[in-house]
Amino acid sequence: MIRVQREDFDVGAEIAQVTDGRHEIGGIVSFVGVVRDAAGGDRIGAMTLEHYPGMTEKKLDEIEAEARRRWKLDASLIIHRYGRLEPGARIVLVVTASSHRQAAFEACEFLVDWLKTKAPFWKLEETSAGPRWVEAHAGDDEAAKRWVAE
Amino acid sequence: MKLLYFAWLRAKIGTSEEMVELPAEVTTVGNLLEWLKRRGPRFADALSDASVVRVAVNQDYVPWDHPVRAGDEVALFPPVTGG
Repeated sequence: MIRVQREDFDVGAEIAQVTDGRHEIGGIVSFVGVVRDAAGGDRIGAMTLEHYPGMTEKKLDEIEAEARRRWKLDASLIIHRYGRLEPGARIVLVVTASSHRQAAFEACEFLVDWLKTKAPFWKLEETSAGPRWVEAHAGDDEAAKRWVAE
Repeated sequence: MKLLYFAWLRAKIGTSEEMVELPAEVTTVGNLLEWLKRRGPRFADALSDASVVRVAVNQDYVPWDHPVRAGDEVALFPPVTGG
């Protein structure tokens, strides 16, 4: 399941909603991305996430389907927020659940890596030096590429 | 054709979306970018470095040689930074 929303989410409640009563599950892995208060030596007051409505949902669906094709997952969830977020705010939640932990760990890491390079989001930081668009990191491309060969 | 712009491309071009009539010679994404660059200084500036421009046609990432047609939704944006 995927969701794109402005509102915050409750990590525990979201995990419960996709896993409660699913007794074939042996392990649940979750990743929560949050806004940092500094980047490149500058203080970050807030960041505004812009996205491409329609394409975002399509890409998140595709990314989730790809994870479920590669690993045997019993449940998965991606929630990505947009709008203005201050340091400490949750940005993204990725949950993967499987009968064994290895699939859940690997699929969660795969999803986070692919979100970085495939999900059409852009971040405008409010820094002490003025507003600044976050640039894509070459390291994110490398992290996503390591999954291609597998 | 519906054109969409995001992030600093939107800011530099000064609009988030517009409808355009394509000239007959514009048949690929590459042609489209060249044609857009000639529409004025804001476009020329925003699209001056093609290595930081990504294109989606009908909400899928495409390379420069991908065809474009009148009814397409084409989006131009910088490399994405999700997660």
